Amino acid sequence: MKRVTLYRAASLIVVAGLTFCAAMMWRPSIDPLAQAPTMDDASVRRGARVAEQGDCAVCHTRPGGAYMAGGLPLVTPFGTLYTTNITPDRDTGIGNWPPEAFARAMRHGVSRDGHFLYPAFPYVHYSRMSDADISDVYAYLMSVDPVPARAPDNHMMFPMNFRPLVSFWNLLFLRDDRLADLPDRSPQWNRGRYLVEGAGHCSSCHTPLNFIGGEKNSEHLSGGQVDGWNAPALTGMARRNNPWSTEQLVTYLRAGVAGHHGAGAGPMLPVSLSLAQLPETDVQAIAEYILSLDGDTPTPAPDCAATRTAAIPAPSAATTGTETPGAASTSAAPAFAQGEALFAGACAGCHGGGAPMRTIDGRPGLSVVSAATASDPRNLIKTILEGIPMSARAPSHYMPPFADSLDDAHIAALAGYLRSHACAATPWPDLLETVHTLRHEGQSK
Amino acid sequence: MITLNVNGTDHSLDIDPDMPLLYALRNHLQLNGAKYGCGLGQCGACTVIVEGKPVFSCVLPSGAVAGRAVKTVEGLGSADKPGVLQQAFIDNQAAQCGYCIAGMIMRAQALIDTVAAPTDEQIRTHMAPNLCRCGTHLRIFAAIKAALATGVKG
Repeated sequence: MKRVTLYRAASLIVVAGLTFCAAMMWRPSIDPLAQAPTMDDASVRRGARVAEQGDCAVCHTRPGGAYMAGGLPLVTPFGTLYTTNITPDRDTGIGNWPPEAFARAMRHGVSRDGHFLYPAFPYVHYSRMSDADISDVYAYLMSVDPVPARAPDNHMMFPMNFRPLVSFWNLLFLRDDRLADLPDRSPQWNRGRYLVEGAGHCSSCHTPLNFIGGEKNSEHLSGGQVDGWNAPALTGMARRNNPWSTEQLVTYLRAGVAGHHGAGAGPMLPVSLSLAQLPETDVQAIAEYILSLDGDTPTPAPDCAATRTAAIPAPSAATTGTETPGAASTSAAPAFAQGEALFAGACAGCHGGGAPMRTIDGRPGLSVVSAATASDPRNLIKTILEGIPMSARAPSHYMPPFADSLDDAHIAALAGYLRSHACAATPWPDLLETVHTLRHEGQSK
Repeated sequence: MITLNVNGTDHSLDIDPDMPLLYALRNHLQLNGAKYGCGLGQCGACTVIVEGKPVFSCVLPSGAVAGRAVKTVEGLGSADKPGVLQQAFIDNQAAQCGYCIAGMIMRAQALIDTVAAPTDEQIRTHMAPNLCRCGTHLRIFAAIKAALATGVKG
């Protein structure tokens, strides 16, 4: 008798559990629109600005592909995803999505037909946006050219290829709360916070992820990694040895070259080209908020200032046709002789002390730029390997790639030499292995 | 001394390792096909092939090329006996002022050597780093297609 009761209780629990799971993992389909909606022009214009704040096109446009038509591969630790078509094409895009389906996708990560979207789509951040912004960006997306394009199939590993499991991930990481202004802060700071934590979804890259791909909230904006690049800490930027000013950060964020720090490269370049389209007031708000963030970074950057030399000399000025102040007095240690020669032949034309880009444009020397003073060499090596592509969206900086002209040993020697000028006290270890790894990571995509 | 292997021949040169390859080719080996354009790796007039890959020789230190096979436009043929791709450039009158052409040919040759039947989009993407001020891109494109159509790799 007792045993039967136990069985009953157990089966009740199982049934309740299954019902709970089914309810967790099931979302209704929302009826498609019968015909294309008519959009208010003012809303479309406001939405264009929100779309730039959210960098939608950075992921939803593949290189050489149509605007917002998706198809960009996103390599995650759980497999490769392809971004979807968010043009108003009715068959392959979101053309038959009513506004409430779009808002549900933005706030809860659920597609119109009820399937769960993967959190690579940053709905955990978009959920913090205002209703007005979400409805405006909907209006804008419904107004772009419809393009028929179906994304390739995702290649997600088991069990992540079973989308309903995302509902449990959402239970842990999705807070559906709109961001409320803090009364004791200025309107500009609140605006910056809204853009950074909401549409801008900065922490998607700049916060470290835990083992199931959720952001570690205890280390918010303390730096992460994306596509092999370091997304540096955004905390404590105003209080570093080489602090960022608001003006420098605004310049950097709008795809310019920031004095004493450098310029956007890698995955940050398209983001900054997007921000460059915004009214400057938006970017100033972002900069004010970021520079207000406290710097209890777990691993503070080493103090490079103490060891830094004024500028990297161009030892063989003859090859660049320029005079280099200090070239005669500073000579590299034998360990850095190869790096010094490589710098002179490959880099000094632009980065040498006498190069026109330095003397006329006033660009910072490599001994102070973030890529050379950072605690790890990833971004410097990635920049040397891949360069910085020319941009069609706005005038911006450019650098040729060196992956095919310099081998791993050359790049390691070059990075070691540059480090000796930027931060001699803390040389980067294992450069050769790091170059090798980063080169092959890049090729696997 | 630095030994450069250019178009299949070894040359021992008494040059500094920081000398850009372009200077060594032009001033020491009298191979004047590759041109000095911007000197900053932005225009592609200096493009040569190193170990099968098109690279900007103006920002490539000679010391980094020692022991690696370099191919220049002179390695494809001569004025009397042009190679397949060179002949296609002549037939299509792809040169206007001609300054970019040696670089264009070498970048295109690297594609022909490695991709059997590139799509039009592949050709355009591959050729994008090389600039032509005169605007003969369509003729350059036609010349590359013509060379590919011969089926001869050159």
